[in-house]
This record gives sequence, C-alpha cells and structure tokens, in this order.
Amino acid sequence: MRLRALLAGLAGVLCIAAASDPAERLPDPAQEAHARAIFKDIRCLVCQNESIDDSEAELARDLRRTVREQVTAGRSDAEIKRYLTDRYGQFVLMRPSFDAGNLMLWLGPFLVVALGVVLLLGRLRNRQPDAELSTAEAERVERLSREGPP
Amino acid sequence: MIAEFGAFALMLALACAVAQFGLSVAARLRRSIVLAAAGEGAALASFAGVAIAFGVLMHAFIVSDFSVANVAANSHTEKPLLYRVAGTWGSHEGSMLLWVLALTGYGAAMAAFGRSLPRGLKAVAVATQGLLGTVFLAYTVFASNPLARLAQAPVEGRSLNPLLQDPALAVHPPFLYAGYVGMSVVFSLAVAALVEGRVDAAWARWVRPWALGAWSLLTIGITLGSFWAYYELGWGGWWFWDPVENASFMPWLVAAALLHSAIVTEKRGALAGWTVFLGLAAFSFSMLGAFLVRSGVLTSVHAFAVDPRRGVLLLIILGAMTGAGFSLFAWRAPKLSQGGVFAPVSRESALVLNNILLAAATATVLLGTLYPLIREAVTKEPISVGPPYFNLTFTPLMAVLILILPAGPLLAWKRGDARGVAQRLWAAMALALVAGLLAYAVVSPKKALAATGLTLGAWLIAGAAAELVERTRAFRVPAAETWRRLIGLPRGAWGMTLAHLGLGVFVLGACFETGWRAEAAETLPLGGALDVGGYHLTLDSVNPVEGPNYDADRGLITATKGGRLVCHAQPERRLYLANGQTTSEVAICDRGASHLYIVLGERREAGGKPVWLVRGYWNPWAMLIFLGPVIMALGGLTSLSDRRLRLGVAAGRKAQPEGAPKVQAA
Repeated sequence: MRLRALLAGLAGVLCIAAASDPAERLPDPAQEAHARAIFKDIRCLVCQNESIDDSEAELARDLRRTVREQVTAGRSDAEIKRYLTDRYGQFVLMRPSFDAGNLMLWLGPFLVVALGVVLLLGRLRNRQPDAELSTAEAERVERLSREGPP
Repeated sequence: MIAEFGAFALMLALACAVAQFGLSVAARLRRSIVLAAAGEGAALASFAGVAIAFGVLMHAFIVSDFSVANVAANSHTEKPLLYRVAGTWGSHEGSMLLWVLALTGYGAAMAAFGRSLPRGLKAVAVATQGLLGTVFLAYTVFASNPLARLAQAPVEGRSLNPLLQDPALAVHPPFLYAGYVGMSVVFSLAVAALVEGRVDAAWARWVRPWALGAWSLLTIGITLGSFWAYYELGWGGWWFWDPVENASFMPWLVAAALLHSAIVTEKRGALAGWTVFLGLAAFSFSMLGAFLVRSGVLTSVHAFAVDPRRGVLLLIILGAMTGAGFSLFAWRAPKLSQGGVFAPVSRESALVLNNILLAAATATVLLGTLYPLIREAVTKEPISVGPPYFNLTFTPLMAVLILILPAGPLLAWKRGDARGVAQRLWAAMALALVAGLLAYAVVSPKKALAATGLTLGAWLIAGAAAELVERTRAFRVPAAETWRRLIGLPRGAWGMTLAHLGLGVFVLGACFETGWRAEAAETLPLGGALDVGGYHLTLDSVNPVEGPNYDADRGLITATKGGRLVCHAQPERRLYLANGQTTSEVAICDRGASHLYIVLGERREAGGKPVWLVRGYWNPWAMLIFLGPVIMALGGLTSLSDRRLRLGVAAGRKAQPEGAPKVQAA
C-alpha cells in the first residue's frame, strides 16, 4: 500500500517534466525559463503533491498556459501567484506563505534548535564543580606524576 | 485448504503473542526463570505462525490462486515469477503481514539471541515485543486478513500496477520493513529500561546493534525506492518530499540521532534519558508512517484504497502504544541519572549538537507532512507544503550539521582541544574550499549555491580522511607503523568513517546533479536530433517489440559527443495489455558517475509524418546520490560486525553484578 500511495502521488508523472513539451514552449528562452521556475512553485490541484512543472494532468496544462500567458504579458511573480491564489486559494502554492497561520510551520524546526541549545547551555552551566580539578589540584597531580611513586 | 491453514497459523501466532506478553509479565513479577523461558518460547512460536502464513500467501501468489481475494486483486497469470512473489507484499494486507513477520521475527531474535541481557530487562522487553505483536497481529487477523477467500474465484487476476514490475521496487519493501520494525526492538528495550529504572553503558551497548542493523536496512530500503523513482518514473527526479517518502525518512533521521546519542550513553553514561526518548520515538515514527500511508489521510485527493475504518484502527494502535511509551517515560525518566559532565568543547557537546540538528530536521519533515492536515482541520483552508519549504528549512539545518560533523570524531571526550582539532582539519578545510571555488570557476553556468554544496560534500570526505590520518598517525610515524595501525583499526571506527564518507559522497552527487542537470525535449522525426549537455542524440528508428505482458515501441537513439559515438540507447514506451497503462522504460548511458538519461515519449503526427517526443537529460554525478547511501549502510553493517560490540555484550553481563543499577526499580 505504501508503494501504491507513492504511485498515486506520482501517477501523473509518467513521462513527465511535462512542462518541457515543445508544443507548449514559449519562443523566448528567457521567458520560458522564468515560466518554468514559477511552475515548480505551483501545485497541480488534482494531483497529489505534484507541481504543474511535473504533471501531465489536463488541469496542470491549463495552469501552465495561464502562467505562460501572464509571463509573456510581463506580470511579476508576485502578481501571477496572487492571480492564482485568488482563484484557487493558498492550496495552489507549493511553498506555503509566511503568515500568522503558518508561523509554527516555518519557525517550528528552528524553535527545536533554540530549545536544544538552551538545554545544552543549561547542562553545561550546571556542571558540578567537584568534577573539575582546581588549578591547585591540577598542579598537585602534575607534580605527583612527575615525581613518580614515593 | 492451504489458505485456511495459513489463516489458522496466523491466529495461532496471535494466541502465541498474547501468551508471550502474559508469560513474560508474569516472569518479571515472580522473577521466574521458567515463566521467562516459556514467554521466549511463545515468541518463537508466534514468529513460526506468521512465517507459515506468509509462506502460504506467497504460495498463493506463485500458483495464482485467485480464490484468495488478495491474490485476485493484486496478481495476474501473465506476470513474471519475481513479481508474483513480490506481489505478496504489494498490497495493504500483504504489507501488514510482512510488517508482523518482521515484528515477530525481531521478537524471536531477541528471545533467542539476547542471552546476555539481564533477566528482568529481557523479560520486560520480550513482554513489550509481545504486546506490540498482539496488537498488530490482532489488526491483521481481524481487520486486514490477507488470506480471506472469495466465494467465486475469478479466472484472471486484476494485475499489479506495471510501474511496480521492477526488480529494485520488488525487493525494497522487505528492506524497508526490516528497518522500520527493527526499531521495535529498540522501543521494547527502552520500555524495559524505564520499567527496570536502569539506563547505563551496558544498556546502550545492547541497544546499539539493533539500532545499527535497523538503520542500515532502512537506508538500503529508502535508497532502493529512490533509485526506482529515478529510473522508472521517467524524469530523473529522485526525491519528491512526498508524504510517503517522508514517512520513511522520519524514522531514519531519529535512528541516526539515536545511534549518536547511544554512543554518549555508552561511553560516558550521559544523555541516558534522551537516548531512551529517541528509542521510543524511532518506532513511534515507524508506526506513524504505517498509519499515514495506509489510512488515506494524506491521499485525500485520490479516492485510492482509502479505508477509514482501518485508518482509525491504526490511529488507535499508534496512539495507545506511543502514549503508553511516553507516559512511562514521563513517569520514570526523571529518576535516571544525569551521567558524566562535559565541557562546552568536547565530543559530547558535538554529539548533542548533532542530535539537536537531527531532531530539528525530523521536526521539519514532521511539520511539513502533518501541518497541512492540522491547518485544514483548524481553519478549513487547505495549504500545500512542497519541496520549496523543505529546501528552505531542512537543507540549512543539514548544512550546519555537515559543518560541525568532521570536528566531532576528532574532539576528545569530556574536554576537547578546539585549537588542536582546527590544526588537524585545516588541510581538509583548504581542500574543501579549493574544490568549491574550482567548481564555481570551472563549471558553467556559475552557481554559487551548488558550489557551496560541493564544498560541504568535499569537507565531509576530506574530514573523514583527516580522521583516518589522525587515527593512524600518518605522516608523523613511519609508513609501516601507519599501515599497522590502519589494519588494526576496530571495525566500529571504520564503520563511522565509512558512514560519514558516504554522506559526503551523497552531498556531492545531490548538489552537483541538482545544480547542473540539463534537460531538452523535442518532437523528432526519424533521423531527427536533439542536443543536451554537450551530447547529440539522433533518433535512428522506432520498432515495435513484444514483451511478456506488454507491447512496446522501442526507439534506437545514437548519442554522440564531438562526433564520437557515446552509446546506443534503447528507450521504450510500453503498453501493458492487462490494464491499458502506458509506461516509459528509460535508457540510461553511464558516463562515469554521470547519466545521460533518455526517454521516448508519445507518438504524434507532424505534417502527415510520425514524430516522437524525445526527452534527454544530462544528470551529472547522479550515481553518487545512490552510491553515498549505500556506503553509509555499509558503514553501519561494518560497525555492526565489530567484535567489540559482540564481545562487549558478553563482557557487559559479567560486569553486571558490580555495575550497580543507577536507580532501583520501584
């Protein structure tokens, strides 16, 4: 079932990187590259976890056409993404926006780091002093080991 | 009759698992050797029962017994033998049977080979394993019976997805499951340690071989799956941050953290609580993966094999087992000793940092996988978390981890010498920087980020070499002495060096491939050509061929570079007759560690003549992406074969009477 689910996620992926199909391509290579970069951030809504850059689904094709048209029209990335989120919601973005609702998502991992470092520092500060040799003790050990057994 | 026999054996296995739990608990309470031995016997019997059921199911697949519902739904007489065998674990029911086979197998192994474990600890661990076995066997028997019969046997099976008919994919679930479920032993030992109130160096040493073995097998399983995706899905992607992949990656990350923290517990008696926590977490993540993949919560878009009842059952199992484990932890862990102290610059600190970063990386994957579910449940607004999120969170965490990694093995325990370590690593540092700068200067187009990634990969490899130089005192003592030291190195040391080296190899490959891959696609008539990555691909011919259960168009494509022949590639586009599905059979030309990756796409018409969509990819250093993890797994297995680890177990037993328990059992 694990495999099946993976396949379900990638079912549309057969012979993919669908976006590179020459039939769809924009004549200007710079604009095409720009469009391809945007495709990677846009979700194919009917697929599982696939960007429209990868998907052969009909909807992905339509979305690619839309994005290509807007790139040709000279719209900025932000404008194109806003156009898409206005129609399809946040779900269409592969990179979730950095807003209040997604704060935990973006900061969670770094909070784990912060918490871990705080705990580590606490542990380091609470070292019992008796486990360490004082300077005088260290000198005594040094002297004894130099002199050898009495 | 055979299928009924298997189903009966499975129920018997369930009864034995219940007995295993009950007898072992009684053995611990009454401190009875006889009851403990009976519990261990039940563990062996439970495994035998599941093994029989598994054999029966495999037999049904091999002989295509379509009166068994599972076989009818997932097999086909035209399928080659290997894939009929692999069909055993290709379905929900079959994969759960493989899961319980591994679970009872590990339980039996612990009962049979864990002779050096203290009696009380072993009884509790065998009981815990029995409880896990009971729960999952009950689920298998009552909610997902793989041997259920059909009243009317169909004449032909409903086949298996043609994409699954691949050797790498056929063998990867056994590795994956052996890895996932191997963590159950660590879970059981952690529970036992908490019950006994004793987590010390000896305990960490008992845990390490199981964790090492499970982690190595999981590494191989994940790599095989990734390699399959790379060459079978037809566009050279090898990691998608798909929820299913994430489900297998989380236990891997936790196990990696556990391997490192267990070293601290073993050598210095510190981090005991944390090591136990990771031991519980590793198998919890395995169970979480089993739930996520099977429940359908993450495949909501697809109405695919979703069975809410089973999902709820698995969620209850997950909640009950992890809940019990962590409650026990919360109750007993505060009594565990803190262990030895260490300075800010020390190997302990480096390993703690390793654990912090791996824990954060796990949090990233967990959040990325579950946050969309949580957010949708709370705000009703669905969001997507795709690769761009992981690139911005997971990747920087790993980069920091890689930066500190080579220093770790060179630092002394308790109190390290930062300046001394820097002196030993300056050559590796210089080498890595030169490699990165060279990549930036020479490879076109110029990519700073990818060059930085190469620097990190080279830093790991050079760091592993520097560590070997340090251990053998190379260049400071005569060569013969260095050689003597080199062959005298314990396997555990080799294992660590190999694993770190493998990570470096992987990072090199992943960064180079991601940074500098090239792709081109054209519709070509016969004789037409396409240029990619400096290679010239000519479509010479396309011929029909007939496979065992498919028809295909096979293209003959000649690749040349600078007029010189590189290879003849024969990519195929296959039509599987049983279900009408088309797949691409990619042709890969090996160019050292790099791949020229060629895909034959659909046939179209242009001006009345046939043309074919041909895609070419230049995937530089792609082989390193898979070679690296293989080296890592080899490192794990090398370390596992260390005699000290095995002798250490025996020695630990002898030392036990003197080694006073840190906390007395309540």
